[in-house]
Amino acid sequence: MATLELSINEDVAITPVRRARRLGPLFWAAAVWTIFILLLAAFAGALPLPSPTDMDMLERRMAPSGLHWLGTDGLGRDELSRLIYGAQISLTVGLCAPVIGVTIGGALGMLAGYFRGRFESLVVGSMDVLLAFPPLVLALAVTAYLGQSLLNLTCILGVLGIPAFMRVARAATLTLARREFVIAAEALGATHARILFRELLPNVFLPLLAFFLLGVAVTIVVEGALSFLGLGVPPPISSWGSMIGEGRESLEVAPRLAFIPAVTMFLTVLSFNLIGDTLRALTDPRQGAL
Amino acid sequence: MLGFVARRLFYLVPVLIAVSLLTFLIASLLPGDLAYVILGDQATPEKVEALRHDMGLDQPIWWRYLSWLGQVVQGDFGRSFRTGQTVWQAVAERLPVSLELMLLAEIAGLAIGVPVAIACAVRSGGAFDRFMTGSAFGMLSVPTFLSAILLIYLFAVELRWLPATGYVPFEEDPAGNLRFFVLPALTLALAEWPGIMRVLRSDMIATLQEDYIALAKAKGLKASRILFVHALKPSSLTLITITGINIGRLIGGAVIVETIFALPGLGRLLVGAIYTRDLIILQGVVLFVAGGFVLMNFIVDMLYAVLDPRIRHGHA
Repeated sequence: MATLELSINEDVAITPVRRARRLGPLFWAAAVWTIFILLLAAFAGALPLPSPTDMDMLERRMAPSGLHWLGTDGLGRDELSRLIYGAQISLTVGLCAPVIGVTIGGALGMLAGYFRGRFESLVVGSMDVLLAFPPLVLALAVTAYLGQSLLNLTCILGVLGIPAFMRVARAATLTLARREFVIAAEALGATHARILFRELLPNVFLPLLAFFLLGVAVTIVVEGALSFLGLGVPPPISSWGSMIGEGRESLEVAPRLAFIPAVTMFLTVLSFNLIGDTLRALTDPRQGAL
Repeated sequence: MLGFVARRLFYLVPVLIAVSLLTFLIASLLPGDLAYVILGDQATPEKVEALRHDMGLDQPIWWRYLSWLGQVVQGDFGRSFRTGQTVWQAVAERLPVSLELMLLAEIAGLAIGVPVAIACAVRSGGAFDRFMTGSAFGMLSVPTFLSAILLIYLFAVELRWLPATGYVPFEEDPAGNLRFFVLPALTLALAEWPGIMRVLRSDMIATLQEDYIALAKAKGLKASRILFVHALKPSSLTLITITGINIGRLIGGAVIVETIFALPGLGRLLVGAIYTRDLIILQGVVLFVAGGFVLMNFIVDMLYAVLDPRIRHGHA
């Protein structure tokens, strides 16, 4: 017990110092970019943008101009407008799917890590089954049967994220459940619900949040891949993936059409990865862990 | 060790059964009756009823699952109602392409990842190390379809060195076959090397601080010999394990690359089956891929246990 207490004190003492050192300019650049994209997507309707679906066959693949800041795509639609409305789709799926994952996976993981026993074996076992499917293959198969829609896509990607969140929550809970404050709460006669919500949840929250951000990055990529293959959201709605897919057709004439959404997507994914990784490093007491 | 293998094998059975159940349920419970899909425009209620009876679709679902599972266990995955091919034939035809792609991608990934990791570990914290660690982190944010497009644009559109899409069988034209594989394999390798590099780098940094490395230096051995023989050896088993995990991942990840580069592998088969709604091929291929994935993970687990005795004795 004495050694445990010592190590806790150390953690508390070390954390603020590392926090100050780790948040470099890259982290802030990533945060600014993320907020910028989120705001653009949220207020897309209020921006003075041309319609993302109006075609103009006379102005196909136009170079950037005052009217069309990023030019027009292969069907004469405004590229900037499609990019911003595409951000809406990519970010909606990218944020909502991990919310499903973190809620269900986090709850299952905490319950499994706290109650142990049969329930834990069952949860871990069924997650292994879900993990047995290559995620993209499962997502492809399910969208093929269920049909392509924003809701279906979000749900599938959300379910696919559950095992990973479950593992993170369970691992964190397993170590926390043996700490003194939990034992003390038990000794004071706290109910299971109280221990889970008041003692464990605040401590599991930060690792889960860090993992959530990494999950957002992964989900944006998977959604992009599905839309790229034409199996994501149905046209004419644009998402970054489908824009890149359409841009591939005119790679020789107008590579811009594939590269603009590609760079936007890369920067967004990189930003979420950077923020998530920074948070993970902050919450991970093992120094230098991969 | 034998006991450990037996336990893991025993654990494999329920997982495989659950995988088959899930695959079957996806195919059966979700909307879209197979009979309607097969008959298409000619679907009259009588014909649909007759076909449903012929295919056993009017039986209760648990019975259909059990009879399907019985056939699968006997190696009969079913037959496409579009091409008449059995799932086995289709998979056997496509699997070599996917395997070649995976093999080449792994080789290329190791060829990039290992030297970079060694160079980084030698001067960890140096300029090169920081640059490559940063690049590896950045590369993890590049989806395969982005790097595929970039490579096509660079090598096929601008430089015109390599074909963008296409395939010839290896037996017909080995050189041409490899030319078609360069870009797809490189695309996958670009996604693989950061993982290899990160793990090997931290492994090597730890190894280089061992006493026996200091001893080797003191003996006056050449730096290259110390690095490639003494320092790499303890990490070689880690490398095998990462390669195993990657191959498991590539089974699913190759879907996109095969589609972009028009390689007739398993991934293309799967996507094609989705486009044409060839549900039997889809169900068969998903089960095959998921089964392969489970077995691959099992092999990796076994490798882990061979490497690390703590795992097989249940301490980890």
